[in-house]
Amino acid sequence: MYFKDSCPPPLEPGLARRSRTAVAVAAAASVLLVGCATGTQPNVTAQGPDQFPAGAELSGVLNIMGYNADADEVARTRADLAGKAIAPATVKAVEGELDVQQFLSAVAAGDAPDLIYANRDQLGTFAARKAIMPIDTCITGETISLDDFRKPALDQVTFGGHIYGIPEFNQVQIVMANRTLLEKAGLDTSDVDGSDWGKVTEANKKLAQQKGSKPSVIGFDSKLPEFLPLWAKANGADMISADGKTARIDDPKVVATLEFGVGIYTDQGGFGSVKAFRDSADFFGKGNQFATGVLGAMPMEQWYVNILNDVSPQAPMAFDTFKTTSGQPLSFGSGSAWAIPSAGKNPQAACRYIKTITETASWMAAAEARATARQKEKKPFTGLFTANQNADEQIKAKYVDSSTALESPWKEAVQASYEANEASFSLPANPADAQFKQAWLDGVNRVLNGKASPAESMATAQKEAQAALDKAWSTLEKADADGSAG
Amino acid sequence: MDTARTYRLRKRNRRQTRNALLFISPWILGFLVFTLWPILYSGYLSLTDYDVLNDPNFVGLENYRQLGQDPRVMLSLRNTMFYAALSVPLHIGIALLLAMLLMRARRATGFFRTVFYLPNMTPPVAVGILLLLLFNGHNGLVNAVLGFVGIPGPDWTTDSTWIKPGLVLMSLWTLGGSTIILLAALNNVPRDLYDAALVDGAGPLRRFTSVTVPMISGTLFFLVIVNTIAALQSFTEAYTAYFGAGNGTYSNDAALFYVIYLFRQAFEYLNMGFASAMAWLLFAIIMVITAIQYVVGRKLVFYEGEDGG
Repeated sequence: MYFKDSCPPPLEPGLARRSRTAVAVAAAASVLLVGCATGTQPNVTAQGPDQFPAGAELSGVLNIMGYNADADEVARTRADLAGKAIAPATVKAVEGELDVQQFLSAVAAGDAPDLIYANRDQLGTFAARKAIMPIDTCITGETISLDDFRKPALDQVTFGGHIYGIPEFNQVQIVMANRTLLEKAGLDTSDVDGSDWGKVTEANKKLAQQKGSKPSVIGFDSKLPEFLPLWAKANGADMISADGKTARIDDPKVVATLEFGVGIYTDQGGFGSVKAFRDSADFFGKGNQFATGVLGAMPMEQWYVNILNDVSPQAPMAFDTFKTTSGQPLSFGSGSAWAIPSAGKNPQAACRYIKTITETASWMAAAEARATARQKEKKPFTGLFTANQNADEQIKAKYVDSSTALESPWKEAVQASYEANEASFSLPANPADAQFKQAWLDGVNRVLNGKASPAESMATAQKEAQAALDKAWSTLEKADADGSAG
Repeated sequence: MDTARTYRLRKRNRRQTRNALLFISPWILGFLVFTLWPILYSGYLSLTDYDVLNDPNFVGLENYRQLGQDPRVMLSLRNTMFYAALSVPLHIGIALLLAMLLMRARRATGFFRTVFYLPNMTPPVAVGILLLLLFNGHNGLVNAVLGFVGIPGPDWTTDSTWIKPGLVLMSLWTLGGSTIILLAALNNVPRDLYDAALVDGAGPLRRFTSVTVPMISGTLFFLVIVNTIAALQSFTEAYTAYFGAGNGTYSNDAALFYVIYLFRQAFEYLNMGFASAMAWLLFAIIMVITAIQYVVGRKLVFYEGEDGG
């Protein structure tokens, strides 16, 4: 356990002052010496009470960072409900994706927001630096039903035995393919769903086409580097230990996975050519790779189904779940979460806002709004994929299963997405997540760029990742020990 | 009488000095608070382990020791030096060529001057994105043009060998500023020097090497210094194209410039102490390079009014 109490102690005034000076100076000096930094100023103030009685009257302003409540009807509906739940307290939002620099600068400057909406894989880093608070008491006080949430998503926001956030959306992957190209090559989705790597390699060779030395049809896109954890898990390898302390990037199974994934590109003339061709496509428009028949198949996040359905509803698509080498559905879950900064000034309002915006009733209201909007546009509602399992099941039963607007192949896409959501895994939280992730990404990129073999590149990545983890964990343990002694 | 006059003069000088200091005091204050003090304090931070949120922990020269052990520091330095060595001469050479062409444009000079300078107004982030579009190996404009003359263009944005040359070529997007400066310098070269050279039978090349270059050598020297410093601090275009918005997870070590790695250490990994040490190393390198350029420049640069010897 890394924190004695549910709430970390405030910094001593002297420490806060020194830290404030240091941040300002470091940032300014970086600007002056190399011309790239932004200014920061620290002063971590005492955090609010750690009791969150349900029904208690709230007041003041709730400053939210990283959430765009006007993004669409799903965000708007839930934000409205959450806003009403904290009334008479009011919401003030800094919209747009969470800017980590902006957030940490605000925390260091003693001007922390009261609530943040961040990627789940960022929370370990924030928690390790005590920038966000554990919300165990919030969960108990506001009676947030943890049973509703998917375990892999919760694991991703659990750090040192405490929960630091409530997960929101859940991004999962399914296999998407061009049915016409598959049929012409005498293939079906079982050849490209990942269950048999030999079949995938063969399918890739059959589907891929070249014009001169350049690809004109990408057979199979293994989506490296970003999906290495998915392929590795499908091959039975975890890239980090369950406690988040030991990197396993050089595991022979991970190396074998990388060799397979890179081989897919090598068979098509190399990653550079495939990527240049991929980058030239109109990914979000009518000229997307599937609609124009220049991509055979790839694993991809389920949100892309909505894009394809919107811009090219007549594209000859085929969908299936991504599968492990033993034939079981699998997806690499990622997504967002809500967390409360330690120095936030209105933790009670933040807690109730979190509870409301992630609870089943709010998701149902959002689903109703989305279904109505899609009906107006004469388009099918393809469901919502959240970290709230209970909400997902109810939305599926009420809006998706009964929908007559949802026709093949989009019906199969939605079905596969729901199956994938049930079979998701995530990487555990750790205090050096940015460096850990960068280490394995760099490892994969070195191989893709032809600068190293998979084994040597992943050995280097392992060294870098483990060094970062060791340093972060030891700093954390030292800080915890110092805190205990103090 | 003289003593009284001297006293009055001194008094007036003191008053003038005081007033001058008063007028520039906002700048002096700003310099001390926002420039000098942060620079000095970053020197202290480079001796600490500091993660932005918690207090700096003194570690002595550990960060500097790690600079020597981190292979990416050397890799990023090599990349940066390579880029600077290619981009600075190319940038100045082409800017000079354009400026000389502009000299011949006569009445249309103003129009072309504006046209050449306009790309400088493009935000660097947009230039980074533009790079990915123009240099795309499959359907980029650059390869399309090369294709017209029968040259199969490389994968500029994904082939490690071609990434830095691509960045160098893209850096020419902003040579308008140097062109304008050189145009001003060329306009200042006295016409009678060319006339004299012509009378002496000097051809165009001789007039260029013996009149033009010496007469604008001061400006060329200035451009070499500022462009070298800018190249060594190069960040935004390469970061946007290969590490930021342009590529979410894909990156290429060939584009890892020193300041990009520094930025990552400081603001992505929160190793502010190590990043400060990196900044000081870069500062030292820039100082050394500038000193060398200055020493070489003293032998080559001709300033009007100097004894030509």
